[in-house]
Amino acid sequence: MIETLVSTLAQGLLLGGLYCLFALGLSLMFGVMRLTNTAHGDVIVLMSFVAFTGMSLAPAVAGAGGWMPFAVMVVMLPLAFGLGYALQRYVLNKTLGRDPLPSLVVTFGLSIVIQNMLLELYSADPRSVDTDGLNTQSMILPGGLAIGVLPLIILVVAVSATALLQWLFNRTRLGRAFRAVSDDREIAELMGLNANKVYALATAIAFVLIAVAGVLQVMRTTVSPSDGSIQLLFAFEAVIIGGMGSFWGTLAGAMLLGIVQQIGFRLDPGWGIWFGHIVFLLVLVVRPQGLFPKTRES
Amino acid sequence: MAGSTLLQTKGLTAFYGDAQALFGIDFEVDAGELVAIIGANGAGKSTFMKAVTGLVKAAPGQIRFKGEAIGGAPPGEIVRRGIALVPEGRRLFPSMNVEENLQMGSFAARPGPWNLQRLYKLFPILAEKKAAPATSLSGGQQQMVAIGRALMSNPTLLLCDELSLGLAPIVIKEIYNAMPSICLEGMTVVIVEQDVAMAQQVSNRIYCFQEGQVSLQGRSSEVSRAQISQAYFGTPS
Repeated sequence: MIETLVSTLAQGLLLGGLYCLFALGLSLMFGVMRLTNTAHGDVIVLMSFVAFTGMSLAPAVAGAGGWMPFAVMVVMLPLAFGLGYALQRYVLNKTLGRDPLPSLVVTFGLSIVIQNMLLELYSADPRSVDTDGLNTQSMILPGGLAIGVLPLIILVVAVSATALLQWLFNRTRLGRAFRAVSDDREIAELMGLNANKVYALATAIAFVLIAVAGVLQVMRTTVSPSDGSIQLLFAFEAVIIGGMGSFWGTLAGAMLLGIVQQIGFRLDPGWGIWFGHIVFLLVLVVRPQGLFPKTRES
Repeated sequence: MAGSTLLQTKGLTAFYGDAQALFGIDFEVDAGELVAIIGANGAGKSTFMKAVTGLVKAAPGQIRFKGEAIGGAPPGEIVRRGIALVPEGRRLFPSMNVEENLQMGSFAARPGPWNLQRLYKLFPILAEKKAAPATSLSGGQQQMVAIGRALMSNPTLLLCDELSLGLAPIVIKEIYNAMPSICLEGMTVVIVEQDVAMAQQVSNRIYCFQEGQVSLQGRSSEVSRAQISQAYFGTPS
């Protein structure tokens, strides 16, 4: 009984790590620009397919084994940064304003474009990348608990990314610029900031996180072009449960979502996803500001 | 430098959408002066400040700073040229503490005398509260942060919009007591002030705006209460 409980919790935390990576970019873009990127899930899938293509183009390196996708990821990061920067600077900035509708419509349109482009290029078949068995390796902890190596790597990356992002926001000049344009764009511009460039940098960093999430996802399991909407939903649920505007809150929200889904899966294989939805709806009803909201107004 | 024209507007017009807020403002401030702008609500004082700092669009030639046309330039460029604004309502960054708010002023800093140490000497209470959330401070202390944030860019022209708004008289006095120390550095200051007596007392020259136009200008010590009343309300008191 205890072993089942511990194992469920551990698997939930590991799943939460993945959801956290899905959610951090969304949390960052919303926190800085109040922009809800409804194409977020599809961009994760796009990054998965870019990794798939990258792996097929990458030369076979003897001894690289399961680490090759990580090399592809490193190459992808600056490209994702550039894509995010350009998308925000030349497209999404034009949709920002008091009315949230234009940005919702444009990102929704972008999601349809990405999904159909992927269907056209790759067909509807699910794809995955060769990790040389890394995705099935596990380690046995004292007490007999088996932990997957790749999920553990994902969790470590998620926690590190959260800590790095929170440090960037709280302790650096760029973080102050992010907070300034989020607090009061007009006054931030009076301080000499170009809000459009600051927004572009925020999306660029969000896209780097999305690229990391996309590569790890396609290493972990198969990905098909239509997976974006469910990934957006999990990311959204994690952000709302955790509370908008705090990255540690997003991590906590993702962990809770992962654990609850895992409990659902344990009770019945068909229950996991909707258990997550129930908790999300409960948080919306009981504590709409999320579990750990940043007290921006206090 | 003293005596030369630092900022000049000629026929300055400004609009919010289709609504015209300024109808040809002619305004001049010389280097080293402290000039006050008074006027009723809606007279265009804040719009004037926003036009000079680039927050409201203006035609290039309508605003000249050190002889160069700056009308319509983005706010970031204007602050780099040496104009800083203490905005109406202070508008501190709520997610930041006192010191972070002050540091925001140095994003476009020019070389000059103002830095954190200097500001803490001018307003010692801010040094004590530097780690406190900016919005937890009293109104007067928040105003000090707003002034300090503007000074951190080391401007040559400091614009202060409604410094005394919502503050107790004793606090207003404390804030204005700091003005001589600020002006000692050769700073030129333009203040928008609802408190006419205070405006007259602290300034060298005074402008009165009415319905987007200049209705009176003169040396603060020379304009009479009756003239101000006429210019302020449009009718003799």
